[in-house]
Amino acid sequence: MLDLFANAIVAGVLLGGLYAAVTVGLSIAFGMLDVVNIAHPAFVLLGAFLAYWFNDRFGLDPILVGVALAPVFFVLGAIVYRIYYAAFERQSKESLRGLAFFFGVLFVTEVGLIIAFGADYRLVHTDYLRTTYSVAGIGFPLRLVVPFLASLLMITALQLLLNRSFFGRAVKAVSQDSTALRLVGANPVKIKMIGFALSIATTSVAGALLILVAPVQPSSAREFIGRMFAICVLGGMSSLPGMIIASFILGVAESVTSTFYGPSWSPAVAFGFLLLVLAWRPAGLLGR
Amino acid sequence: MRTIRFWLGAVAVIVAGLVMTRLVSNQYYYFAGYVVLQYVVLATAWNILGGYAGYVNFGTGAFFALGAYSSVAAMKTFALPLPALIIVGAAVSGVVGLGTAYLTLRLRGIFFAISTLALSVVLETFITNWQYVGGSSGVYTTRPRDALIFGDYVQLLFMTMLLLAVVAVAIARTIERSSIGHGLAAIRDDELAAACVGVPTLRLKVIATVASGMLMGAAGAPFPYYLTYMQPGSVFSLDYAVNSIAMPLVGGTTSWLGPVIGAVVLGTAQQVATVTISSELNLLIVGGLLIGFVLLAPKGIVGLVRRLARSGGR
Repeated sequence: MLDLFANAIVAGVLLGGLYAAVTVGLSIAFGMLDVVNIAHPAFVLLGAFLAYWFNDRFGLDPILVGVALAPVFFVLGAIVYRIYYAAFERQSKESLRGLAFFFGVLFVTEVGLIIAFGADYRLVHTDYLRTTYSVAGIGFPLRLVVPFLASLLMITALQLLLNRSFFGRAVKAVSQDSTALRLVGANPVKIKMIGFALSIATTSVAGALLILVAPVQPSSAREFIGRMFAICVLGGMSSLPGMIIASFILGVAESVTSTFYGPSWSPAVAFGFLLLVLAWRPAGLLGR
Repeated sequence: MRTIRFWLGAVAVIVAGLVMTRLVSNQYYYFAGYVVLQYVVLATAWNILGGYAGYVNFGTGAFFALGAYSSVAAMKTFALPLPALIIVGAAVSGVVGLGTAYLTLRLRGIFFAISTLALSVVLETFITNWQYVGGSSGVYTTRPRDALIFGDYVQLLFMTMLLLAVVAVAIARTIERSSIGHGLAAIRDDELAAACVGVPTLRLKVIATVASGMLMGAAGAPFPYYLTYMQPGSVFSLDYAVNSIAMPLVGGTTSWLGPVIGAVVLGTAQQVATVTISSELNLLIVGGLLIGFVLLAPKGIVGLVRRLARSGGR
């Protein structure tokens, strides 16, 4: 019993690492830039399927593919933001139609993936996936440990970039006061575009990590919308450390639920969490 | 005068439906027509909150499925007739709408939008685990033998949905022209300013959410009879959410006519495309149209036609 519980907690924390990787881009786009990109999980899925394709065809390592494709995703993100800016943000009409736009992008990407890859589950093959180390009766499957470490590495790098560089501070400032930003000689639109492109670039890596952890199918994106926004809000929107803590909490909650009540209940955990957070603590864990 | 014309039009639509059941016997038209009319109800219902007040509901599937599954539960427990099932479906969805509204409408609109998305996944999980209504393996329903004055039960379902569509449009139109509608429009334009001049914003948003949810639930209630075999996946599908957003946006969101036009045009096009092309490709087209109209024609077909009429009149 205690063993089972300890295993569930460890698996939950490791799973939380993956959730953090999947959410970090949304924390930047939604939390810092105020762009409500509900299509974010669709980009993650796109990343996952590209990692699958390169792995299946050429036997390449998924994480390697994810990192290599990140610049391509960066450009894709820049293009999407350009369209979004020209059509909605410039006229400050972003609320309803902007949401509908991203919803359309989510849906079109999902259907596009179904047409390209079929509706089946896809998975990748690498040597380290089958190994599990065991410490004091608790399993550490590399299938979860490798994505966990890769995720923390990526988020640390992003945190350093956002905290230490001029660009990073500009990103944090842009949704607070874009006029002031203009006064210190930075172009808010350009900053937002680069920030958004960066957020999409993370999905390439996150998608690769996702398909390492579990097989994916095109409609998996929907399950992640609730998770991502729950984590984002719970973590206090714009704080990356808060986001990581929230990811761990959600990962553990889901893992414990699926161990003791069965996996068919675990999707409800994330969304139930989200509803509760929105109802009682909309400022998030670390918020005021 | 305009109101009289509206009601004359409504009666004409119902009479046309009745005449059709006398003349056309090919079942396909009723099956296809039912889906299009169902979308008229869903798009109109979505627009009460989304178009008038500017609050995006991604949970059309949830409210629709709630209607369908309360109908299954009521059928199994009490063996209620169809009109009672519709009332039950509407009531259950209305109550859930009320709860969601109170929990999340105080926050920024985006949080309401995300919560509705969350709501549909939570509900789907509950239904999947609830064996009484079929659970994940689905539920079979047998249509009643008695089809009243109609040739068969599908015709009866078709006429029921036609009536529901007329009722939904009439409700939307009444709301649009009442003080509620003006209040909602004020919220859409500038919620803070509306609150400052004394518009009871929260109460109006709650009313709109409940009305919208009830209509979606009513649209879902006859669905088990239509499908005869229903699975959680087939009612909680994202297609309902996408269509009920795309249709008003393509038709035009500011008046009751927009969602009707959008639903009839997109709904019919999809029925034709599903038969002639593949169903995935036709969903791709819906998504593409949604993005296209949102980007290029923000006022939808109604707005385009009005602009044409204005420039033609000069």
